[in-house]
Amino acid sequence: MPLSFYVHIPYCVKRCGYCDFNTYTPSELQDGATLEIVSNDYIDAVLRELESAPTSTVPTIFFGGGTPSLLPPADLGRVIAAIRKRFDLAPDAEITLEANPDSVTAEKLAEYLTVGFNRISFGMQSAKPHVLAALDRTHNPENVAKAVSMARAAGFESISVDLIYGTPGESLDDWRETIEAALALDIDHISAYALIVETGTKLAAQIKRGDLTMPDDDLMADMYLLVDQLCENAGLSWYELSNWSKPGKECLHNIAYWKSANWWGLGPGAHSHLNGERWWNVKHPTAYKTKLFAGESPVQDRETMNASQLRDEEIMLAIRMREGLSFEMLKPHELERLASYREEGYLDTSSDRIKLTPTGRLIADRIVREIVM
Amino acid sequence: MPAISLAKAPQPAATNPAQIRNFCIIAHIDHGKSTLADRMLGITEVVEARNMRAQYLDRMDIERERGITIKSQAVRLPWRSGIDGQEYILNMIDTPGHVDFTYEVSRSLAACEGAVLLVDCAQGIEAQTLANLYLAMENNLTIIPVLNKIDLPNAQPEKFAKELANLIGCQPEDCLRVSGKTGDGVAELLDQIIAQIPAPQGDASAPARALIFDSVYDSYRGVVTYVRVVDGHLSPRDQIQMFSTGVRHEMLEVGVISPEPLPSKGLGVGEVGYLITGVKDVRQSRVGDTVTTYNNPTKKALAGYKDPKPMVFSGLFPLDGADFPVLREALDKLQLNDAALVYEPESSAALGFGFRCGFLGLLHMEIVRERLERESKLNLISTAPNVVYNVKMEDGKEVRVTNPSEFPDGKVAAVFEPIVKSTILAPSEYIGVIMELCQDRRGVLLGMDYISEDRVEIRYTLPLAEIVFDFFDQLKSRTKGYASLDYEEKGDEEGNLVKVDILLQGEAVDAFSAIVHRDKAYAYGVMMTGKLRELIPRQQFEVPIQAAIGSRIIARESIRAMRKDVLAKCYGGDISRKRKLLEKQKEGKKRMKMVGRVEVPQEAFVAALATDADIEKIKAARKAGN
Repeated sequence: MPLSFYVHIPYCVKRCGYCDFNTYTPSELQDGATLEIVSNDYIDAVLRELESAPTSTVPTIFFGGGTPSLLPPADLGRVIAAIRKRFDLAPDAEITLEANPDSVTAEKLAEYLTVGFNRISFGMQSAKPHVLAALDRTHNPENVAKAVSMARAAGFESISVDLIYGTPGESLDDWRETIEAALALDIDHISAYALIVETGTKLAAQIKRGDLTMPDDDLMADMYLLVDQLCENAGLSWYELSNWSKPGKECLHNIAYWKSANWWGLGPGAHSHLNGERWWNVKHPTAYKTKLFAGESPVQDRETMNASQLRDEEIMLAIRMREGLSFEMLKPHELERLASYREEGYLDTSSDRIKLTPTGRLIADRIVREIVM
Repeated sequence: MPAISLAKAPQPAATNPAQIRNFCIIAHIDHGKSTLADRMLGITEVVEARNMRAQYLDRMDIERERGITIKSQAVRLPWRSGIDGQEYILNMIDTPGHVDFTYEVSRSLAACEGAVLLVDCAQGIEAQTLANLYLAMENNLTIIPVLNKIDLPNAQPEKFAKELANLIGCQPEDCLRVSGKTGDGVAELLDQIIAQIPAPQGDASAPARALIFDSVYDSYRGVVTYVRVVDGHLSPRDQIQMFSTGVRHEMLEVGVISPEPLPSKGLGVGEVGYLITGVKDVRQSRVGDTVTTYNNPTKKALAGYKDPKPMVFSGLFPLDGADFPVLREALDKLQLNDAALVYEPESSAALGFGFRCGFLGLLHMEIVRERLERESKLNLISTAPNVVYNVKMEDGKEVRVTNPSEFPDGKVAAVFEPIVKSTILAPSEYIGVIMELCQDRRGVLLGMDYISEDRVEIRYTLPLAEIVFDFFDQLKSRTKGYASLDYEEKGDEEGNLVKVDILLQGEAVDAFSAIVHRDKAYAYGVMMTGKLRELIPRQQFEVPIQAAIGSRIIARESIRAMRKDVLAKCYGGDISRKRKLLEKQKEGKKRMKMVGRVEVPQEAFVAALATDADIEKIKAARKAGN
C-alpha cells in the first residue's frame, strides 16, 4: 500500500494570533540560535525518524508547519532525497511546500523546484489589511500576487492559496473582495477555512475580553456559499468541504488523508496512520530531537482503531468529498434517518452516491452524527 | 451548688409528680437555645465539665452545622431549688424550631406544663418564635419570658422586655435576664421554672396513657420512642399497645435521658423518658399517638393525634442514573426515622428514574435532600417544588394532583389549592415592601399589629404554592434579611388555576407543564419559552416554542434554524481529534431527548426544571469530569 509523507516544520518567525499549531519562534527555542543552525540539526532528527518507516511507494510528500519556507531549500531537499533513496518515490509524485508569501524570493523558489518540489501553497488568508491585522498576520497583501507570479515563473505547475473567512470585523463584502483577489491570481487551487477560535490563543483572549467579536454562524454560512459560488464560476470546482481546484489540480496529499490511506507524519507532534493504527509524536521539538538522537522512539502515544471507529472515520471523511458516500456503505436504518435531509435539500441522491449539496456541506457534522448514531 | 447527684436524686418510677416540672424552650434559630441547654446540663452536673461539648443535645451533624434542632430531646435534670431548698426533677423537652415541624412542636408542647420563651435581647422576637409562643399559649402552658445574651454590647433588654410583656401580658420586670454564654441568671431561671410552672397531674391508678412526642430510629437499637406519661405507669415488664393501630409491642427497655440513656424501673405519672420495643420503623411509633398497656388498655386516647400530611412535593433524581438503587435504599433508611416523608418512584423523560417525594415544607425538603446526599454520598437533582391540588371535574370526579403532569385533561369544574395563614414580623419600615410582595403573591391581608414601637406583625393568607416559589428569598432580600415568616395550614380553597403546557414544534413536553394562577400564566409562559430558547441548541429547521392553556397559545418564541454545523478543517492530525469529538457527541446524543424531531439535551431539561443551586452543581460536576 502506498505511503504518503507529511513533514512538519515547527518554526515560525512569529506566532499569529489565531494559531494553535505546534510551532515555535526561534526566540522560544534557544537564545541566539538562528534558524539555519536549528534547521540542520532538526532535519538530522527527521531523517532518523524516517529510518523506521516501512518501505513502500510514495505518491505524495507535504511540508507543512510552522513555516517550511523559512528553512533553506537545501535542508528540505535532504528529506526529499532521503525519501527518494530509501523509498519508491513516484516520478510524478506530488511534493507540496507551504509557504509564507513574505519569505520567498525568485532564487529560493527556483531552488525548491530543483530539490524536487512541484506544488506550492501560499498562506494568503485575506486581501483586506484590517482582516489580516485582526488575524495578527505579518505579511503585506501585495506580496501574495508577487509570490504567485514568481512561483509560476519559476516553474511551479500547481499553485494554491489558503484563505480564512469569518474573522472578527470581516464583512461579506470584505470576503468577496478577498475571493475575487485570489481568483484574479494565476492559481489552480483554493482552500478556504472558517476561522476557528482555539482556546489558549491570543485571539481567544481578545474575544473573551470583548476586544473582538466573532461573526455569527449565519454570516459564516453566507461566506461559505459565496466562496463556493465564486470558485465554481471561475472554473475551480468544489472537491472537498473547504477545497476547490481546476480539473486535475486537486491536492492528492490531502485526498490521501480523506480516503483513510496510509500516511506518515515526520516531526514533533506529527500524527501518522498505518492500516488502522494511529500514533503521534512528542510535541516539543527539543524533546523530539533528544529522543531520536538517543536512539529512542519519538512516539508519544498510539491507538488502534476498531472496526466501528474505522467506519465512523471513513464516513466522517468521505462525506466531505465530491464523491460522497456509496449507498452500500450505509445500513438501511441509517439511510432512513437521512430521508428528511434529502427532502430538505441537504443531500443529493440523484446519482448512485449520497452527496452533500452546498447547504448540506454546512451541516456536514450534524449529518454524520445522524448516520453514525 | 444546688445540683444533686443522679444517684441521690429522686429515681424514675419513684418520683412524686409534685416534684416534677416539665418544660420546653421556645426560641428562634441563633437565639441561644442550645447554649442555654448546655449551660443547664453543666450547672445541674448531669454532664461533667470535662465531657461537655457545644450543642451537646444536637445529635445530627446537620443540626450542629445549621444550628437548628430537627428532632426533639428530653433530658432529666435533678435540681435543688434555691427558693424552697427542696429536690426537684426538671424534664427539659427540646422542641424543633421550624415552621415545617409545627405538628411535632405541638406534641412537644403537649408534653409540658410550661415553656421558657427565650429571646435574643439584641434581636427581639421572630415570627417562628411568635407562632410557637401562640401554640404554647393555646396549650395553656405557663410562659416564662427570658431575655438571653445580656452580655452582648448591643443588648437592648428594656426594649425587648417591653415587647415580650406586650405579647404575653406580663410586666416588663417579669422577664428574666440570662446569658447562656456566661451562665449569668441560669440558676435563677431553674428556680423560677420550679416556682412558676405547675407540677404535672395525672391518675396513677388509671390505665396507662403516655404521649409520644418524638420517635427516633437508632441503627443499633431500633426505634427509640420518647414519651410523657400522663396517667398510670409503664414498667419494663409491660407489653405496650399503640392506641391508633392497636398493635402490641414487647417492651425491651424503659429509661430516662440524663443526658445519656439510662434504663429505669419504669416511668410514673408526669415523667418523661424513652421506650425501646424492637420496632424498626418510626411509622409504627408515631408522634402524637398514645401508648398504653396491653393488659390494661385505656379507652380514651390523648387528644391531638394527626397523621403527618405532606404539603410540598418535588422530584428527586440521581445525577448519575446508575445511583437510582442507592437513592431508593437511602430513602428507605431515612423513612425509618421520618414518618412524614413519603415517596414513590417516578420516571421522567428528562431526568430518568427518581422519586416523587412529599415533604412537610421547604425546610423539611432541604433537610431530607441534604441528608440523602451527605449520608449516602449521592448527587441529586430536585425539580422545582409544587403543592397538592385537588381538581374537581364537571362529571363530579375528583383528582389529586401532586405533579403537574397528572393534571387531568377534559372539563375541569374547579381546582382547589392549599392556603396558609402566614405571620410576618419585621421592622415597620418594611411594611410597604412586604405588602407589595404579599399582594403580588395573591395574599389577603388579615391584620397588622405593632408588637413594639418599630416592629410589626403582619398577617396574610397566602396560597402555599406562592410561598413554595421563592417567597422566602424575596422576603429576605426585600427586607435586608430583617423579616421572619411563619405559616400554618388553613385548608384548601378554590383558585383560578390553569395548567400551562409548553410545546416544542407543536408537541407538549410534560416535564415543563406547570399549574399557575390564570393571571400569571402569561408570565410563566414567557419566562419558560424564553429560557428554553436559550437552552435548546439550534436545529437544522426552525423550532417554534409555545406556551398554551389548553389549545390557546399564550406565548411564543422560536429557535432559528441552524445553518452551520461543520468544522471546516480536517487534516491528518485533526482526524483523530474529530473522531473523538464524534464519539463524545455519540455519548451526548444518548442523553438527548427527542421531542418529535427536536433534539433536546438533558441539560436543557435540567436547567429549565432544576433550581439554580442544582445547575451550579451540575456545572461543577461536568467541570470535574472533564
